[in-house]
Amino acid sequence: MTNTVPTLTPEQLDTFGRELDAIRQRALDDLGERDLDYIRRLIRVQRGLEVTGRGLLFASFIPPAWLAGVTALSLSKILDNMEIGHNVMHGQYDWTGDPALSGHGFEWDTTCPSDQWRHSHNYMHHTHTNIIGKDRDVGYGILRMSEEQKWNPYYLGNPVYAVLLAVLFEWGVALHDLEVERLGSGDVDWSEKRDLLAGIWRKASRQVLKDYVLFPVLAGPQAPLVLAGNATANIVRNLWTFTIIFCGHFPAGVFDFSVEETDEETRGEWYLRQLLGSANLTGSKLFHIMAGNLSHQIEHHLFPDIPAHRYAEMAVEVSELCARFGIPYNSGPLGKQFGSVVKKICRLALPDRLWGRAPATKQAPAAPPLTAVARPEPMPVAA
Amino acid sequence: MYTEIADPQPTGRLRARPHRRNLGHRILGSGLVEALAAPHGVDRYLELVRPGWSLRDLRAEVIAVRHPAPESVTLTLRPNHLWRGYEAGQFVRCTVEIDGVQRARCYSPASSAHRADGLIELTARTHPEGLVSRFLHDHAVPGMVFGLEPAAGDFVLPPKRPEHLVLISGGSGITPVMSMLRTLLDEGHRGRIAFLHYARTPDRVPYARELEEIAARSPGVSVAFAYTRAADADDSRRGRSRQGQEQLRQGEEHFRQGQEHFRQTQGHFCQGHFCQGHFCPEHLLAVGADPGTEAYVCGPPGLIDAVRAVGEPERVHSESFVPPARTIDTGDAVGAVSFARSGVDAPNTGATLLEQAEAAGLKPLHGCRMGICHTCTCRKLAGTVRNLRTGEISATADEDIQICVSVPAGSVALDL
Repeated sequence: MTNTVPTLTPEQLDTFGRELDAIRQRALDDLGERDLDYIRRLIRVQRGLEVTGRGLLFASFIPPAWLAGVTALSLSKILDNMEIGHNVMHGQYDWTGDPALSGHGFEWDTTCPSDQWRHSHNYMHHTHTNIIGKDRDVGYGILRMSEEQKWNPYYLGNPVYAVLLAVLFEWGVALHDLEVERLGSGDVDWSEKRDLLAGIWRKASRQVLKDYVLFPVLAGPQAPLVLAGNATANIVRNLWTFTIIFCGHFPAGVFDFSVEETDEETRGEWYLRQLLGSANLTGSKLFHIMAGNLSHQIEHHLFPDIPAHRYAEMAVEVSELCARFGIPYNSGPLGKQFGSVVKKICRLALPDRLWGRAPATKQAPAAPPLTAVARPEPMPVAA
Repeated sequence: MYTEIADPQPTGRLRARPHRRNLGHRILGSGLVEALAAPHGVDRYLELVRPGWSLRDLRAEVIAVRHPAPESVTLTLRPNHLWRGYEAGQFVRCTVEIDGVQRARCYSPASSAHRADGLIELTARTHPEGLVSRFLHDHAVPGMVFGLEPAAGDFVLPPKRPEHLVLISGGSGITPVMSMLRTLLDEGHRGRIAFLHYARTPDRVPYARELEEIAARSPGVSVAFAYTRAADADDSRRGRSRQGQEQLRQGEEHFRQGQEHFRQTQGHFCQGHFCQGHFCPEHLLAVGADPGTEAYVCGPPGLIDAVRAVGEPERVHSESFVPPARTIDTGDAVGAVSFARSGVDAPNTGATLLEQAEAAGLKPLHGCRMGICHTCTCRKLAGTVRNLRTGEISATADEDIQICVSVPAGSVALDL
């Protein structure tokens, strides 16, 4: 995109960074029983939903029980993956010293092994957010999500790939660290990925065994219904997580960056990139919990290791700070943000010349851009 | 007060409790249930039903809380099925949650190793900076659940018990020797046991009454208390509750009677002694022991040194229970501490490496914070450290050090 980054002087950027540091420090100083009570309560709810859901599915011969069971299990998986798993694995609760909440020890109810997730997400994505060519979350090596990814005919299938990715999202996430597109292009050899593959195999087979073999078999004659229920719950979770996650960095108005312009970032510049590269969703408290507070994607990217339930209160200060510095704070309801993501997926399926280059988004008109328009760093095409 | 229940089969060794693996444990611990509970594991569900329940984690539930002395708290714990017991004198690492943060400390059980109900009794003495002990004193209630580690420590009686022995303790060091005394009584020990305890003031002895009762009913046991600061009564009275003042007054009365008693019976083997001042050979004689008696000492380093100076070195067995005095001279602290695995570097502040790691935002495993439990042991990659307990200076590369009692002398790199 040809968005220009708002122009701030180095001093302003420094002040901006310091103020964000101060917001973070205030939250850190206040960590305590409240945070632990929150996450434990949530875990209790999640495990309760899980046990209830599995139990109801054993009574699948009553149709409402099947439906209720699928609902409970879907909710359980969503909470487990998002507000609990994703956040705990960020180390948000490491300060408690509780091994059950350790960022390095937690394993989540999805096919992706937690250690690979921590590498591809906590390190790669959160460090290099929205840097085309470095952040593999831009299109996940499958989709074209930025003009800076050079168009080729493969991308005509963009909407189809997106739907497939949404339905099979947990598998996409599981294979993410393998860098399948680089394996296909020959940049990376399979032998280098043997350990990763073994890890995925171990984790995924355990998940498959549980959801698609053991629980159905235990249900006896109702095995097909339980199997269908578990599969449905997994798909519901896939669609929901895809929707929320794609609203984090792809709605209209979110900035991309080039490797060059982010080469030697100061703390203030890093904060600015995280802020401009993320978008928030507005909604009720329940909605934020179900979204794993990724609806506060901006705050999450500024403060990835602060317990996510605090983002809502931190957002008040962050948005006020942005207003003061004239920095756009991208936020909107789910319908609007996801709508713009869908539009982008469809638009980028076609060559840019059909649309005229770059639909107008935000521009900082007066001053010359602090950083040049991102240089295209073509994303390799998936095989 | 705690009552002793004699063990029907005293063995003199750590009694291995049979692993109670009932049908429930077998089912919950089966591969099938583990596969169904993946990826979180069975324990993550069990603990939601009841916090003390766990197939894999050793935990204990607090079932009683008492305050035997104004600044002490005595907890009775019921450990779960994974507990394997302890030997008298050993310590247990307990993990307690305080304002959301898990804190681990080591405590020596004071109960008999043969206690038939399998409960553990811990007594903690609070001190102003003691975060955990203060929390336990003020907030411990029945139902609270602690994490435990298996008992550890070498301060134990030999399998073949010495015929005659003297147990000497100072301050909170009373707990492991109390456990030794109770254990020996449960074993029906036939030789003489002398018990000599040092406290600053009479009101600070948590097991005073029980010790007196034991001395009164057990012919082989003699007990004496020595108060090192009885004259500072005004000082110790400050800031006490009415109950505390009353306890103090009783203690002082007790002390005066004791002094009188001591004057009348000095030099004789008798029971219920009260001595004054720090350790000296006369105190040994007062409880019927002599410098050649096998001695088990737990207390501050000064007490241990004094006993060693008098007794035969190979007959003095000791454990120091007081954090070594440390000199943090920031003017002296040079260089930097590098936590290699975390990629964190910080200027050397002169504090212990554990404290410096925590100040740098790291969460190293630790336990006693006084060089006893070795939980914090970690690999030093380079640099010179001084051990605060031993004063030893070591520049060996790639050695395991206890970071809670090691201060860097110059730059140090740790595998942390």
